[in-house]
This record gives sequence, C-alpha cells and structure tokens, in this order.
Amino acid sequence: MFENVGEMVVLFWRALLAMPLAWRQRQKVFEQFFEIGNASLLMVSILSFFVGGVIALQTAPTMVEHGLASTVGGVVGIAICRELAPVIMSILIAGRIGSAMAAEIGSMRVYQEIDALRTMNINPIEYLVMPRLLAIAFALPLLVIFAILVGWLGGASVCMVNHDIRIPFPSFLSTFQNVVRLKDVLNGVFKSFIFAWVIGVVSCHQGLITRGGPRGIGRSVTKAVVNSIVLIVILDYLLTRLLMS
Amino acid sequence: MNSLASNQHGVRLQVRGLHKSFDGQEVLKGLDFEVNPGEIFTIMGPSGSGKTVLLKHLIGLEQPDAGDILIEGRPISSPEVMDQYRMAMVFQSGALLNSLTVGENVGLYLSEHRLKAPEEIARIVAEKLEVVGLKDAENKMPSDLSGGMTKRVAIARALVIEPQLILYDEPTSELDPLSAVAVAEEIVRLQERTHLTSLVVTHDRDLAFGVADRIAVINEGRILAIGAPQDVRRDPNRLVQKFLEASFRHPH
Repeated sequence: MFENVGEMVVLFWRALLAMPLAWRQRQKVFEQFFEIGNASLLMVSILSFFVGGVIALQTAPTMVEHGLASTVGGVVGIAICRELAPVIMSILIAGRIGSAMAAEIGSMRVYQEIDALRTMNINPIEYLVMPRLLAIAFALPLLVIFAILVGWLGGASVCMVNHDIRIPFPSFLSTFQNVVRLKDVLNGVFKSFIFAWVIGVVSCHQGLITRGGPRGIGRSVTKAVVNSIVLIVILDYLLTRLLMS
Repeated sequence: MNSLASNQHGVRLQVRGLHKSFDGQEVLKGLDFEVNPGEIFTIMGPSGSGKTVLLKHLIGLEQPDAGDILIEGRPISSPEVMDQYRMAMVFQSGALLNSLTVGENVGLYLSEHRLKAPEEIARIVAEKLEVVGLKDAENKMPSDLSGGMTKRVAIARALVIEPQLILYDEPTSELDPLSAVAVAEEIVRLQERTHLTSLVVTHDRDLAFGVADRIAVINEGRILAIGAPQDVRRDPNRLVQKFLEASFRHPH
C-alpha cells in the first residue's frame, strides 16, 4: 500500500501548484462538485439519520438506567459531530466517489486518452486531477455538516420515540446545547477536509497508474477504495490525538 | 477551399541508433531511418515488433536509452523544437475523450490553450470535421460513432493542431474493409492537400503498400528492409518475404 506514497505526495504537490488555474477549470470543478455533493445527498441523509439513531439506541438506555438521561443529547451530539459523521461520510465518499475517480481516470489511461492529452500539451494533472481534488475538498466538508445535522435529528428522533429512552425533544436539545460546542463541529469538518484530500489523491493516483485493460481498472478501483479507507482510519486516530491535545 | 494548406509544410524526421529496453528486454535495437519532408513513410511489422514503442518515443511519452530523434536536424526533446514545430498523433483506439462531444474533442487543443475565441473554435471544428467527411457530427458523443468515424474524428482533432508531422498508430486496426479504405484515402488526401510529413505505423500490408511513398519493415526492434514499396516487395530478406506473403489458406 505504501509503495506509492512518494508518487502520491508528488501528485498532491503538483495539483497544489496547478490550483492558480482553478478559475479556468471552474466548469469542471463545478461539474465534479455537483457529482460529489448533489448525487450523494440522499445516501448521506439515510446513512447519517440511522447512524444518529443507532448511537442513541446503543448509549441512551444504559445512561437513562443509571440516571444520566440529562447527558444523552450531549453524548449523541459529540459522537456524531466529532467522529461518526466525518469518518462514516468519508468512507461513503471513498466508496462512491473515490471509486468513480479511479475508474474514470484509469479507463482514460488504459484507452490512451491521457496520452492523447499529453500529445496536445494538456497537463493531465491540471485537466483531470486538480478539478477533482478541489471539488472533493469543498464538497465533503459540506456533506459532513449536512450529515451532522441529520445525524443529530436521527438521534433525537430515536430518543423521543423509543420506549426504553423516552427523552422529550426539548430536554434532548437543552443537554445537547450545554455540551456540544461550535469547536466540536469544526473539529469534525476539519477532519473531513483532510480526508477529502486523501480520497482525492489516492483515487486519482490509482487511476493514473492503471495498467492492463479492464482488469487493471478493476484493480485500481479496489485499491483506491481500500487504501483510502485504511488511510482515513489511521489519520482519524492521529488527527483526534492532535485535536485533543 | 479551406485554409488547411495555407501555413503547413512537412518536416524532416531522423531517427538515429534508437535503443530501448524494458525490464532488461531490448525492444528497440538501434533503429536508424529518415523520413523526408512531405512524404508518407510507413513502418510495417508484426505485433510486438516495437512499432508502438517507437511512436511513443517520437511523441515524447518514452525516453530512449540511447540514440537520437531529430526534427530538421535538431533534437526533438529541445524546447525550441517543441515551440517551432507541431506534431500530432492519431492513436490506435482514436483516444477520444468519452465525456466530451465530437466537437469538444476536436476543439480541445484550441479551447484548453485559449488560442481562439469560442466562435472561431466552432468554425475551425466544423471545417476540420468537413475535411474528414463528418460534417454536422459536432454534437455526437464518441460512444455514438463507428470505429471508422472515431478514427476520422481523431484525424480531425490532430489537424486542428496544424501539424507538420502527423503520426498514425495502426489507423485501420479493428475496422471493416470499407472503413479501412476510407481512412487510407483520408491519409493520402491530407498529405496531398497539406504536404505534411506522415508516419504510419501498421501491420496492415494493404494500407502500408497503398499509402506509402517509402516503407520500413521492422521485426524484433530492428529494421529488416527500407525503401520504396516496389523495392521492399523484392527485398530478398527471408523474414520480410515471410511477413509479406503470410496468408491463411483453408486446408480443404
């Protein structure tokens, strides 16, 4: 997995150097942004609502039983915004968008479209990689903010309707307001911003190094998703340590 | 009469002692040849003989282990040559960008480098598509095109660059005989109108002998024979004759 780390760092650096051309490529950035954001919204809504519901279901009955009902809103709120929304949404986007990036660029590589770009003196990093990186770097944090809100709603809904919990919405909201700070939300959004670059760089890199026809494209897609998820989980731990210190 | 021929002329291409190995296996073993300005030069050989690797060197996608590639006597890798001379390549698959329309593909070079206003690009695209017999195909997607049409769009895209050297990689592969003839006619017609230098890499004998001013036959990274088509036909080299005469005959 780590054999290509150097190449990925170089790719990331070259994409950063190409950022001043972002305005010229704004149409492509917008298309990618729409593809990542709009097309993922329904999945993000369903996933985050049920993740919020599950975390409430797993924690609230025990807390209520031990007389800690007043902290349920805070626990659910913190868990979702600091950890669950950024990590789970990033994994979703790695599977949905990272795979698409690797497949698209990989097939362009295999079918010589990237060679054709080079012969026209068009830099594939400026034309293909930079717009995708920029789009995912903006879209994923926005999706995570949306997922946090839907996740809280899911947690609050389960707390209201579940017979073993029965915490009214105003009570959930008041404890939530006492515990969850803007800093906690920004914490999760920052993590997702970093994860977005990881997904983008890993997926585009896998696409660019694709070899060997349709089987090669399949291999690249699998590697892009698996490597992205592994890196997200490792970086999540490191970022959590960093942000807690 | 369109403006195609107005500011184009072919260039002299020289390949000297070109060597290339991959993973210890020598693919090009000292290729030497010269392509004269304005001629159609065909490189013919069986699959795996090093033809595509040679083309990749010519367009800068590969660097040689040894040897030189010169345009008008100057190394192809020098920035002045890249600035002064234009070359284009028609890929084996056509290599059209599938997410773009035919018109966007043909005008990609101009639009990405901001060389012309959008209206001017649209006019040039229409003109080049007309040259290859695909008038009114601008709004089609590459997936809607036949193999022959794809190759012709790829030729139109190459023409937009107004190249002085155009490289064709297996231009008739995967085409039915009628489409192959249409593409071959296109290659000859373009050369006659523009006098650009054309280098055609193929294993299609009919195409090679049909379009070429001169032919080189290569095998295992070496040139076996080079010359005018009639001279290559008479070349005494056993491998050349074997390649030229190879045909399937039903045993019954």
